[in-house]
Amino acid sequence: MSVYGYLVAFWLVLAGSFGIVRSRDLIHSVVCLSVAQSGTYVLLLSIGFQTKATPPVYGSPPSTPTRSVTDPVVQAMTLTDVVVSATVTALLLAMAVQIHKRHGTLDPDELRALRG
Amino acid sequence: MPGGTAFSWLPPTTVAVPILGAALLLAVGRWLPRWLTDAIPTAVAAGITVLTACLLARTADGHVVTWSGGWRPTHGFSVGIVMVSDPVGAGAALLSAALATLALLYSWKYFESVEAHYHALVLLFLAGMQGFALTGDLFDMFVFFELMGASAYALTGMKVEDPSALQGALNFGIINSLGAYLTLAGVGLLYARTGNLGMPQLHQSLEGRPVDALVVAAFVLVLTGFLVKGAVAPFHYWLDDAHAVAPAPVCVLFSGIMVPLGVYGALRVYWIVFAGVLPGADIRRAFLVLGVISALVGAVMCVGQRHIKRLLAFSTIAHAGLFLCALALLSEDGTAGALLYVAGHAGAKAALFLLAGLLLNRFGSVDEHGLYGRGRSERLMPWLWVLGALALAGLPPFGTALGKAISEEAAIKGGDWYLSIVFVAVSGLTGGAVLRVAARIYLGLGPRPREGEAQAFESTGEEKSEARLRSAPATMVVPIVALLAGTLVAGVIGGSRSAFSHAAAYFTQPGAYVHAAMTLTAGTVSSVRQPNWTGLGLGLGFVSVAVALVTAAAGVYSSVLADRLAPLVRVGSAPMRVLRQLHSGHVGDYVAWLMTGVAVVGALVGLPLVR
Repeated sequence: MSVYGYLVAFWLVLAGSFGIVRSRDLIHSVVCLSVAQSGTYVLLLSIGFQTKATPPVYGSPPSTPTRSVTDPVVQAMTLTDVVVSATVTALLLAMAVQIHKRHGTLDPDELRALRG
Repeated sequence: MPGGTAFSWLPPTTVAVPILGAALLLAVGRWLPRWLTDAIPTAVAAGITVLTACLLARTADGHVVTWSGGWRPTHGFSVGIVMVSDPVGAGAALLSAALATLALLYSWKYFESVEAHYHALVLLFLAGMQGFALTGDLFDMFVFFELMGASAYALTGMKVEDPSALQGALNFGIINSLGAYLTLAGVGLLYARTGNLGMPQLHQSLEGRPVDALVVAAFVLVLTGFLVKGAVAPFHYWLDDAHAVAPAPVCVLFSGIMVPLGVYGALRVYWIVFAGVLPGADIRRAFLVLGVISALVGAVMCVGQRHIKRLLAFSTIAHAGLFLCALALLSEDGTAGALLYVAGHAGAKAALFLLAGLLLNRFGSVDEHGLYGRGRSERLMPWLWVLGALALAGLPPFGTALGKAISEEAAIKGGDWYLSIVFVAVSGLTGGAVLRVAARIYLGLGPRPREGEAQAFESTGEEKSEARLRSAPATMVVPIVALLAGTLVAGVIGGSRSAFSHAAAYFTQPGAYVHAAMTLTAGTVSSVRQPNWTGLGLGLGFVSVAVALVTAAAGVYSSVLADRLAPLVRVGSAPMRVLRQLHSGHVGDYVAWLMTGVAVVGALVGLPLVR
């Protein structure tokens, strides 16, 4: 695996964070959070990736592997990460919808309830 | 077998039972009468309190190790997932279960109408905290961190009809989740380097290796999430927003245990995973810088608040900074002091939040200015509030005072005498701010605060109350009294038993932790001395209380003082205004600060290594 995957991961995390900093819309902020998280998926998968390796699936009964496989642990971690992300994103989006219902705006610059 | 595998069923049970309870409540909640909806989760939390107390008693003889699914290490190698309970982890689990029980009991009368999902969320939150405190696996720490997080966001934004509650919850959710993802990235980097996720295995693979950029990056990234949760400046901005809008019993769990758990996570990871590879002096400096800054920022902001829950929230930031300072000494004494301080602080701060909730339900506001003199007819509340404020300031023999005293002595012994000034000033200022609230609301001291004084950059304490109460019911007073009594007991017992230094010895000796986990035999640790009251500690405690009294008096008569000392006020108000404007409630600003914080921590840890 080249350094390419790591660079993409790094870029996604930074781009997502920068998106939240510059965001003028809470839905946009939540989606940017998902972008930042996608960076962690790419990072984890890059760590487990090997050129010309196959998926970590063995026959039954399991035999000693004769070929190189990708790392299943990081894939399991990525799946867990996806589940976490789905929960958090859904919850935050629901809150954003509710804010829009009550406030009539999604612009964080116009939400001025919490200061100082 | 002593320690080791005996009682290994206990730690997973304390995680599983609250989750099962939550699932059950959600499934049948709509058909249950209100009293059962309240009673079942309270009973579950009380049961977990008993179980964790057993676990804590058990860990006194050694670590309790659980390899899930029986995947134990063979020849020092393991692919399993491990939970390792030591006295600090078990103590944190016990504290979280006890606070959850009292918070649920308090909720009986706090909410006029509430559905079962509130109780289910509290139980899930409890499960997350149990898992976070007891796990020995770094990836599991992230998972439990997010379980804690997701239930905490939902609890913060529970009042969906209140837009500021939703905004606070959203800020909290975005910042915490971003921090958690950076932690995950750090965990990934560590896995890439070592092929391990368990903390004992990571310790073994990293120990003695030369330190390089990847290890430093992994350390900083893993730490970020925990420092966000621990409300360490500049990662702390979410905390005051979340505390200001969350229901009072939820604030109890946030301030009492969730924030200290963040600091716990940072130090646990340092001690077990990185202590063998990163130089202690650099880590100590980095943590001290962060700790002192958050303590000072929290204390100054605390004094400047009129929204009572926000005021208490800033005091939590200040105290989390103090905990970090004491732990940053990286000594057994400092750690023992921090542990005792956390236990004492949890009782005092939780009692104060519950009292604030009672104010809200009695008078429909938590605004210090609006409530001026309205609590004059209360009988018990003023005393409890003043006791809580004095405990927060560090009046001996409360547990906070003993924890503070031991930390200060450890700091002086370690050559950082200036830390004791920070401890005295910060605890005095925050205690004084809380005392000022009592003086104004319950005693009606000082001139009436001028109306219309609220400024553009200031939050007032207007909040919708959950119920209107004529008087304080027993289910709300009992938890408050119990919490204050607990703080007192921590100070008395902590001074007579060596339990806290024993726990600190376990925490600061990673060798015993790793040995117990990998060989399933109890390692022994030796503790140096038992913490106790000394003349110096008592003296500094009384100095803090004196600072608190002066702060409170100055606050109550601030308008009189402002006329006399006008030039001084003008000099002081400009930096204060800047500091307030930094707490803008804008999530984008908070993310920018988070990234700045990552860079600062990276520089503090990494630059000294570049030679």
